[in-house]
Amino acid sequence: MKRTVPLMIVLVGGVLMIIQYFIPHRISQDIFDNYTIWVPIIGAFALALGVGSLTRLHGHKVRNKAPNWPYSLAVLLPIYLMPIFAFFVPVSFGGGMDEPGFYHFAFMHIQVPIQSTMFSILAFYIASAAFRAFRAKSVLATILLLTAVIVMMGQVPIGELLGSWFPKLGLWIIDFPNNAAKRAIGLGVGFGILATQLKIIFGVERNWLGGAGE
Amino acid sequence: MTRILPLLLLILTALAAAQTVEQEQQPIPAEPEIAEASAEEVLDIPPGDISPLAGVDLTAPGDITVMDHPDDSGDRLIVSFSPGSEAEYADLFAAYIIYRRPAGGSDEEWTNVGVMPVGEGTQFVDGYDPDFPVNIGESYEYRVSALYLDETEVMGEPVIAQEVASGQWFHQGKVRVLVACLIFLGLIFYFFSRARMGATMYLRPIAGIEAIDEAIGRATEMGKPILYVPGLSDISDVATIASLTILGRVARKVAEYQTSLIVPNRDPIVYTVAEEAVKQAYLEAGRPDSYDPNSVFFLTQSQFAFVAGVNGIMMREKPATNFYLGMFWAESLILAETGSLSGAIQIAGTDAVTQLPFFITTCDYTLIGEELYAASAYLSREPMQMGSIKGLDSCKAILMVFITAGALMSIMDLLAGTQTLSWLKNIVTTQIVD
Repeated sequence: MKRTVPLMIVLVGGVLMIIQYFIPHRISQDIFDNYTIWVPIIGAFALALGVGSLTRLHGHKVRNKAPNWPYSLAVLLPIYLMPIFAFFVPVSFGGGMDEPGFYHFAFMHIQVPIQSTMFSILAFYIASAAFRAFRAKSVLATILLLTAVIVMMGQVPIGELLGSWFPKLGLWIIDFPNNAAKRAIGLGVGFGILATQLKIIFGVERNWLGGAGE
Repeated sequence: MTRILPLLLLILTALAAAQTVEQEQQPIPAEPEIAEASAEEVLDIPPGDISPLAGVDLTAPGDITVMDHPDDSGDRLIVSFSPGSEAEYADLFAAYIIYRRPAGGSDEEWTNVGVMPVGEGTQFVDGYDPDFPVNIGESYEYRVSALYLDETEVMGEPVIAQEVASGQWFHQGKVRVLVACLIFLGLIFYFFSRARMGATMYLRPIAGIEAIDEAIGRATEMGKPILYVPGLSDISDVATIASLTILGRVARKVAEYQTSLIVPNRDPIVYTVAEEAVKQAYLEAGRPDSYDPNSVFFLTQSQFAFVAGVNGIMMREKPATNFYLGMFWAESLILAETGSLSGAIQIAGTDAVTQLPFFITTCDYTLIGEELYAASAYLSREPMQMGSIKGLDSCKAILMVFITAGALMSIMDLLAGTQTLSWLKNIVTTQIVD
């Protein structure tokens, strides 16, 4: 029962989703909408489980004074303080709805800059990854290096100054050899997705059921 | 030092919050007034002069025909009309305005359902605007007016729609998709049945999958944990489901080798499924007592906060092996580069084409695209799973034949200046209607 019911739900839902793709009628669209509306509802319940998991993990570390436990405190405090400020002190301490409250401040002036900082690290990592990738250790690596130089030079004004063929050749590489490789991967991915979905719908792949799978 | 840093952060936060409370709200500067250009200014007519259209007998758009929109749910109508004097006075013409009312309704019921600026043709699809929905089976009346730059509006005659909106039970534009699906399904089931009958199927070895055992063994020997990131997407992403199936297989081996596992999750639903998969793997390995409930956990839904958290785990716990399998976006390089700096052996796999170069550069092994979906079959070696891979390969072979034939015919036509078997070329070159 524990295994059959989820498998039946997936089979019926999967087949319905396949059929509705070919039926544009409103009845078909309504079935699709009613079926997919469950996803955010389940997500909302699962979020509570997620926060519970995080609390259990870090609470355990704080209680046992595990190594680096103050970091766990730095995780737990904002998790519970932010909703409290958002719900109970939505305006600033000075009063007035026009002035941003602590929640707004913490989001805009702490979380957003920290996230931007993390994102900006990417620029440095791209430079180091490019350095590693473009070392001409073999013939193929040398071809990659030359191709990358042409494409990059074709994207910047100095490339056109060196020769009008730079941007043209760069664009040709992007549009043809690069695009062909991307489409080949895309086709494989498409078929892979289809095969995986069929395996799940027809119960060949059951690992996603966790404890009920076997 | 590690205790002081978070406390310092909290103090700074509190101080900054206090600062904002003291800040006075800056007055919002008044928006500058934008002077609207009059029709005379647009037309370059001296003030006080009469419009060049004054006294001209303008013809309104006419010959309105209304048809049901094909391949829809019954919420759209196509309104076509012929132009009036607009072609003659093209420089002064601004837009067509389409009005609609229920058939036989009063003059007050006319509703402006759309405006078609100059140059957008003479065909309007009614029903796109959710504010003015078209109801199935309801008869409407339409009229079209031509609006000129001097605000002269020439109103056409009302026409009762010849057709009403109706939903279709099959999308004509998806015939090729249906045929392809049926062929694909047929092949998959054929190989399923062959696998059931015990046919031997060969799958070429994939280095990334072969290295999984080696990577787990390395972590066991070093006495360090294994980090498994099942992507950052949600459960509706097939790459995530593929990753979770691999997680089950990896966790089983981890349980057998008595190594510790760390599985941070970004999505709460993925977390619950991952937890169940790992728990089950420990049970199957006969070591349910070894399962650590804190090994699989939810981290955060924020993309870069998740990256910061996982990077912190990498630098503190120093895992011997990192797995990044699933869907990744801009964070892929930050994760993989940090893992590389920490000295871990790294195995990645994703179907995100834009992230593959980053993983190939920074990881020891990378499962490219479909290899991620094939990994489950490789690890389990179950006949049915192998059959699905064979079916997938057969479909790719068919497609390769079509693409090669299309390319060869295109080249031949280009050289000879002919058009042979264009229907065959169209199969692979014409975009499928969505």
